[in-house]
Amino acid sequence: MRRSITFIGFALAALACGTAEAPPAVAQSLTGAGATFPNPIYQKWFSEFNKKTGVQINYQSIGSGGGIRQFTEGTVDFGATDGPMTQEQMSAVQGQVLHLPAVLGADVVTYNLNAIGTTKLKFDGATLANIFLGRITKWNDRLIAATNPGVKLPAQDIIVVHRSDGSGTTYIWTDYLSKVSPEWKEKVGNANSVNWPVGLGGRGNEGVTQQVKQTDGSLGYVELIYAISNNLAYAEVKNSTGAYVTPSLASVTAAAASATFPPNTDFRVSITNAPGAEAYPISSFTWLLIRPDSKDAVKAKALKTFLEWMVTDEAQQMAAALHYSPLPQPVVGLVKERIKTLKTQGKPIA
Amino acid sequence: MTDATGPAPVSTVARLQGAATGDRVFRILLTLGALAIPTLLGFLVWELWTGSQLAVAKFGLKFITTSTWDPVAGQFGALPLIFGTLLSSLIALMIAVPLSLGVAIFLTEFAPPAIRRPIAFLVELLAAIPSVVYGLWGIFFLVPVLKDSFFPFLRDTLGFLPLFQGTIYGNSMLAAGIILAIMVMPYIMSVAREVIATVPGSQREAALALGATRWEAAWTAVVPYARSGIVGAIILGLGRALGETMAVTMLIGNRHEIATSLFAPGYTMAAAIANEFTEADTDLHLSALAYVALALFCVTVLVNAAARLLIWRVSKGRPSGGAGL
Repeated sequence: MRRSITFIGFALAALACGTAEAPPAVAQSLTGAGATFPNPIYQKWFSEFNKKTGVQINYQSIGSGGGIRQFTEGTVDFGATDGPMTQEQMSAVQGQVLHLPAVLGADVVTYNLNAIGTTKLKFDGATLANIFLGRITKWNDRLIAATNPGVKLPAQDIIVVHRSDGSGTTYIWTDYLSKVSPEWKEKVGNANSVNWPVGLGGRGNEGVTQQVKQTDGSLGYVELIYAISNNLAYAEVKNSTGAYVTPSLASVTAAAASATFPPNTDFRVSITNAPGAEAYPISSFTWLLIRPDSKDAVKAKALKTFLEWMVTDEAQQMAAALHYSPLPQPVVGLVKERIKTLKTQGKPIA
Repeated sequence: MTDATGPAPVSTVARLQGAATGDRVFRILLTLGALAIPTLLGFLVWELWTGSQLAVAKFGLKFITTSTWDPVAGQFGALPLIFGTLLSSLIALMIAVPLSLGVAIFLTEFAPPAIRRPIAFLVELLAAIPSVVYGLWGIFFLVPVLKDSFFPFLRDTLGFLPLFQGTIYGNSMLAAGIILAIMVMPYIMSVAREVIATVPGSQREAALALGATRWEAAWTAVVPYARSGIVGAIILGLGRALGETMAVTMLIGNRHEIATSLFAPGYTMAAAIANEFTEADTDLHLSALAYVALALFCVTVLVNAAARLLIWRVSKGRPSGGAGL
């Protein structure tokens, strides 16, 4: 009995010490919701951050649309999205919303054509748009042949495969096609899910992959990470400088590095078809949605600490280990500057 | 009941009063339970109704007669979804009904008792498999087989019909119908088997005494007697087929289009909701999906009502049909 009382005494003392040493009033938990694509790296970051600081961040990967809605309704401390919010969506938010890039993603063109074996194909934007518009229907079309000299292309139908579920992957893809093809922009446009002129819908990256793997003559697009971890065949794509670039973590980071940000940017910048010579053209940021001036000072402090840590080399290298392209240095600099301007109740966060 | 177990002798009146209290409590509990279900249904319809108002106001009934589904332009029409739901379920029933009735009749009328139980058990086991497992099996096994052998065979033999023409993709309306058939078969088979088993032996004996073969006895005396129960079994299967989501979306090709060929991809209402709900980022898109859900609800109610009517017509003027559900 006595021993247990002594033990409780020690425990209480330890607890008291713990409270005394901890910085005053740090939120112990934050909630966020949104995009599914960056979920693996977010979970990794939040768990590492929890080990470092004790702050628990609960993230529900319910999809970008859901993330934007929950952020707008104020039921979460931050949101996450693969496609930036539209002007209309932003005006529905009480107060302001700030997009902060977390990591980068990209789409690759994957295909299955038995007749050419493992030969790597090359595409330019106009050809891809025409294939997805249903204007190019055969593999031996002269536009495909023009970018693939020396490859013997068969007179076979192209079977187009796209995502059937709404997704950030589709957002990036249609953003790219809208930039390289005025016809695509006018007829189909750019969103998480669109009215596809041709093709089959596969559910998720795995659905598209399976369809492509099983169908001779098929062509589809999947997330870069998915293609790398599943060893898919993917094409080189011509970028805006005319170079054919293989999608890789480095070439995606290069796309972000060559993007130009307007002064005082809100980071809602599309980096598809970016100008750099080494830039892979079908790349994009994925964003966290933050309130630049939040009411809860304690939570604001915790969130700011996380954001500062998120753009350190340590955290960004964790992203690379999970095949997410890390943010390039110039962008990290801009994000750091922006984090400094975060406020709570109109005052800078201490 | 509690009074009855008391140590002191209790008068009959008091005991009856105690029982009456128990009865009353029991009745209230049951009434609440019974009311909970219509209330739940009411909430469900109310939620779908309020959720779909935006789309109802914008598209009205044109929603179910047009085919464009364009989230970017904010144009939504659900006709291909309704068509796909009905057609895939129809294909499923056309395959599953003869097959499962055959199994049910075989098991009750012809099979030696030693194999009755194992076969019935195995078929019923199919009902316990989650639909996503059916979907995966469909992607990895069924679709490649259909694409490489069965569909080309159909095209070569029945290719003169528009139903079996065009490019073979694998994922298609027919593939979805076939997986649905496999999924609803155990339901139809197991209910039909129970129903046929309850047909009185005198029915068979009478037919056999008149000189009928066993087959004739089964077909002319047993099956007609169990008819309304069998229709009930089919409706149960149809209900499952109409609402099935996961396995269908994995095999149907997910294309908002009405095609004459069964080799072409299609879409169903349940699959579209499951696919697009998470990333629907405009209010109109969400509302259109709620409208689809409302339409699915109406289709299910209509189909069920039509089926009840059918049972009623079938069982009218028949010998009591004791086998009815």
